[in-house]
Amino acid sequence: MRLVILDNYDLASEWAAKYICNRIIQFKPGQDRYFTLGLPTGSTPLGCYKKLIEYHKNGDLSFKYVKTFNMDEYVGLPRNHPESYHSYMWNNFFKHIDIDPKNAHILDGNAADLQAECDAFEKKIKEAGGIDLFVGGIGPDGHIAFNEPGSSLVSRTRLKTLAMDTILANAKYFDGDLSKVPTMALTVGVGTVMDAREVMILITGAHKAFALYKAIEEGVNHMWTVSAFQQHPRTIFVCDEDATLELRVKTVKYFKDSKLF
Amino acid sequence: MRGGQDEARARVLQFTNCRILRGRALLRCGVRGRALLREDLWVREGRILDPEKLFFEERRVADEQRDCGGCILAPGFIDVQINGGFGVDFSQATEDVGSGVALVARRILSHGVTSFCPTLVTSPPEVYHKVLPQIPVKSGGPHGAGVLGVHLEGPFISREKRGAHPEAHLRSFEANAFHDVLATYGPLDNVRIVTLAPELGRSREVIRALAARGICVSLGHSVANLQAAEEAVQCGATFITHLFNAMLPFHHRDPGIVGLLTSDRLPPGRHIFYGMIADGMHTNPAALRIAHRAHPQGLVLVTDAVPALGLGNGRHTLGQQEVEVVGLTAYVAGTKTLSGSIAPMDVCVRHFLQATGCSVELALEAASLHPAQLLGLEKHKGTLDFGADADFVVLDDSLHVRATYISGELVWQAEEARQ
Repeated sequence: MRLVILDNYDLASEWAAKYICNRIIQFKPGQDRYFTLGLPTGSTPLGCYKKLIEYHKNGDLSFKYVKTFNMDEYVGLPRNHPESYHSYMWNNFFKHIDIDPKNAHILDGNAADLQAECDAFEKKIKEAGGIDLFVGGIGPDGHIAFNEPGSSLVSRTRLKTLAMDTILANAKYFDGDLSKVPTMALTVGVGTVMDAREVMILITGAHKAFALYKAIEEGVNHMWTVSAFQQHPRTIFVCDEDATLELRVKTVKYFKDSKLF
Repeated sequence: MRGGQDEARARVLQFTNCRILRGRALLRCGVRGRALLREDLWVREGRILDPEKLFFEERRVADEQRDCGGCILAPGFIDVQINGGFGVDFSQATEDVGSGVALVARRILSHGVTSFCPTLVTSPPEVYHKVLPQIPVKSGGPHGAGVLGVHLEGPFISREKRGAHPEAHLRSFEANAFHDVLATYGPLDNVRIVTLAPELGRSREVIRALAARGICVSLGHSVANLQAAEEAVQCGATFITHLFNAMLPFHHRDPGIVGLLTSDRLPPGRHIFYGMIADGMHTNPAALRIAHRAHPQGLVLVTDAVPALGLGNGRHTLGQQEVEVVGLTAYVAGTKTLSGSIAPMDVCVRHFLQATGCSVELALEAASLHPAQLLGLEKHKGTLDFGADADFVVLDDSLHVRATYISGELVWQAEEARQ
């Protein structure tokens, strides 16, 4: 893996956005050649999305030939609910850029047959030629997308019940009322993300430090599903100083001193 | 739903680089209110469109984008009290009232007004019978602002507080209550608002009958005390005509009609709306501030404009009157007596903002949302919420009108903008 450590949240967001931007530009997307991007939600990637929007508004980056696949969506929440991931993606990203709506894929948490919806999503990814770059975050319990502790490391897109840790972490978006937080979600599997040609995980803040430690300094373990990416050929972890608080000095020094970048 | 398939193929217009007046979603401990948000305004088939729905359900983008140059987009202004303008007098029974209404409707577009209630002052029954059928409710468009219905101010008003209304034509409905009303006005199909004095005998029956027909009853030109006013509201009155003018002044032991602003005897869940002429002349700014601070949500800006509105400086003959216009003031020619208001609606909005120091959002709502709420039209008018009619004004930061749109179509544009 690559571990890229920036001084603070803003610098980490900017580094990640620049990386995505450069990847897309270098790919030279066109009518017969779309760049496929996997996308996350939550507070961590907000800064990155803002930067990408800035690059687009400056005329440096177009999403005309980019296809996106979001990681997850709540089950049972109306699509236009302010906390749905559809609303998140529209307000924080899609409405500010020039992506073709037909190329923005998000799981439908209100589909009549949820498993069929998940299978169709996997099929769409396959038909798009697989994911070039999957961007993700990490939960405080070390999960990637909604692959909660105990999820199979070869899992595919499916329905998951959310862990208490996740529900507690999400309560702040629902007036602090636990009863209002959705308890189920559709999510890409660990295996689905592992299939991507490249993976970038964004991790910022001290509250994620322990999860980062478990993910990269301990073994591959289904209790900390992000650890699966130790077995992926091209993974980058982008973090701020605070997120490295639980790592060994030796680990941090190696990657900071490293001439890898 | 209109169109169905046709709607799906209709052009989608996206107004960008603007700030729009829109309700914020109900957030954690947030209040549902309106703010100027940096958002694009999307329009299709004359209505405000939800772009998120368009993106995820129809998978479409806009057909055309229009850059608004950083301007403010506010709901079109609604004037519920205007007696005429540009030489036209709505209370004059001519053979072609329609042309006069159409002329005013077209000219007020430049003031940012997209809907209005032509107002008739106290007149004899023959005038009502001749004029009312010629002023039908009409949608706005490139031809002019929409007519929401007629405002009948009088003749069932107080002799003492008649103001400029002709004494000879004042009436009462003591004898036959609502039947007297029908006999005087004729059919009420085109009527939207009636101003009356609640101290007149049998007013309660009349108010109930009018309210039952969906007509807004307004209290004005009256010497009613607070109790009589409260009873009128309990019977269905919802508006006060030009607060402070033509009513008893506020008194600390009997606040009169003015006391309705803070009355605790109104039907639950309802509050009173009140018209204010904020032309800098008819109401002292301190009085404007007292009313605004006592009850900001009920304030409705009206022009109460007279036929001299829009005529240049100098002398003009209007019907039987000689009027002298000096800037924003109209005098009875040769005297210092005010001859009605001639401040256009956008001037009133700016003056109101400056005099009260209120937020830009509230000043704009006083001219759009509040009159829409008064008339029960707030789902389609006076708002830029999804599904509402796309009637809006483009304003610069000092709230001067740059352009006016009705049903998503440009119906007026300032000179400089045309280059």
